[in-house]
Amino acid sequence: MKIAVASGKGGTGKTFVATNLFYALQNEGLVPTLLDCDAEAPNAGIFFNGKKKHTLEVVLKVPEIDTKRCTYCGKCHEYCNYNAVFIIPPVKVIRILEELCHGCGACLYACNEKAINEKEICLGKVSRFDLSLGASMIVTQICVGVYSPVKVIQAGVRETNDDPLVIMDSPPGTSCPFIQTVVRADYVLLVTEPTPFGLSDLKHSITILKGLDKSCGVIINRSGMGDRAIYDFLQQQKIPLLMEIPFDKSIAAAYAKGDLVAMQNKAWCEKLFSMFNLIVANGNSHH
Amino acid sequence: METAIISGKGGTGKSSVAAAFAALAEEVVVADCDVDAANLYILFHPENIEHRSFTGSREAVIDDTICDGCGLCVDYCRFDALSMAAGHAIVLGVFCDGCGLCARVCPQHAIEMEENCESTLCSGNFRYGQLVYGRLAPGEENSGKLVSMVREKARQHARDRRMNNIIIDGPPGIGCPVIASITGVDQVVIVTEPSKSGMLDLKRIWSLCKSLRLPAYVLINKYDLHIAQSKEIEAFCKANGIRLAGRISFDPIIVDAMVHCKTVTEWVPGSGIVSEIKTAYRKIFQETL
Repeated sequence: MKIAVASGKGGTGKTFVATNLFYALQNEGLVPTLLDCDAEAPNAGIFFNGKKKHTLEVVLKVPEIDTKRCTYCGKCHEYCNYNAVFIIPPVKVIRILEELCHGCGACLYACNEKAINEKEICLGKVSRFDLSLGASMIVTQICVGVYSPVKVIQAGVRETNDDPLVIMDSPPGTSCPFIQTVVRADYVLLVTEPTPFGLSDLKHSITILKGLDKSCGVIINRSGMGDRAIYDFLQQQKIPLLMEIPFDKSIAAAYAKGDLVAMQNKAWCEKLFSMFNLIVANGNSHH
Repeated sequence: METAIISGKGGTGKSSVAAAFAALAEEVVVADCDVDAANLYILFHPENIEHRSFTGSREAVIDDTICDGCGLCVDYCRFDALSMAAGHAIVLGVFCDGCGLCARVCPQHAIEMEENCESTLCSGNFRYGQLVYGRLAPGEENSGKLVSMVREKARQHARDRRMNNIIIDGPPGIGCPVIASITGVDQVVIVTEPSKSGMLDLKRIWSLCKSLRLPAYVLINKYDLHIAQSKEIEAFCKANGIRLAGRISFDPIIVDAMVHCKTVTEWVPGSGIVSEIKTAYRKIFQETL
């Protein structure tokens, strides 16, 4: 089973929930895997010390032009949907804008002169760490300057193919990186906060999850701050409110230091584990 | 002058700070470039909104009556977006990147590329000037393009209305939409918070700013939530020659202001937290470099 912890808005406490849930599951004797899919800002590693098992590089195949063979016909430019081939035929200038290239291979197919070869560039990496008691942590990370984390996230998800129970820490937002994470999940846990910003982003996330036919439930973080609008919305939409995390300066301070509240306080473990059981039961009743 | 407010990590208070700066600037064009989760319109209630739709990407659509199931498209697709089912190729929409290669290789010409997602660019006036924001269609990838359109529209308004100041509220992260939000701006303000996550994300966003040669300020929000961590951030700034714009204390009143759809400068004008924000504002916008 794969559970994605996601949110439209950044900073609502996704990583907080994912890391503490992961800890609580281990505490109950399960052997979960934590997958940090926030490849632009992976932070799960702060909370766990593990031994690196292996790292794989995620590469993209980008074209290289052999100018000896190139006739500057412009067909590769025409086939490229990403404007990654820059060409001025009269003066025989052709360049590949690697940062725009998606590695689709259309230019290679277009070229009749065998003037295009491919080389690999590094997009990021996926590292697997062994933690105590058999649990694993997998961290995805893009190289600075890389435009899209999608391929790195996909590689991270592939790495968990044989892991029986996976907690995915999703990237924020509702665009491709978020979708590539939740599309592989059996259940999506949306973490939000009771503010107008939180509600607006939550609505957006839920629209998308419905489109993908995903079961989801909501955790309201920093409850007690903000207003009640989000509660009314959940009730209207019949979306389960799985847990509330009250605003507490000491939780924020523990998190800031890189501590897990579930490790410090058993009550948190129980709370998170009973939520997990609820999700499992909910998942079974839906599918 | 374009000033981008970014953060690396989400939820550091970037939008609240951007909104407060806009209120202090009084005459300003605000570009909400967090097109994944644009939120400033909630605080600013823009009026006379102008919408413009744009198509960001395309998706392969297969005509089953023509497809003879040769499978060539499946072999060529590098995004694993095509597979064979019941003798026909089918498209898995969420994985389609819109490259169009399948349509090119299909011997039967059974594949069309259809423009499927509609994102919108919106713009309206509000109490301090003009707000431009984007709404990315769900699941759309081409957010960098929408960000560029938001910025272009903001620059156009600034020219038309003779406003000097453009404030950009950027998205979290370090990828495409962030790069599109900060490339070529005059200065960047990194809003961070004192936590280990905040520190890691600050380092990443700083290395991006450095590679783009952008002058940057750091503003530490929720400063007193973890003073030791805040000191570490300050030490990092000092070591790397990053100017510290200021420190903002932790105060739930920021959330209160948001719930009432006000900027914190409007909600509690005389408060300590507002004077901290004003100090930072002066440093960033009024200090000569």
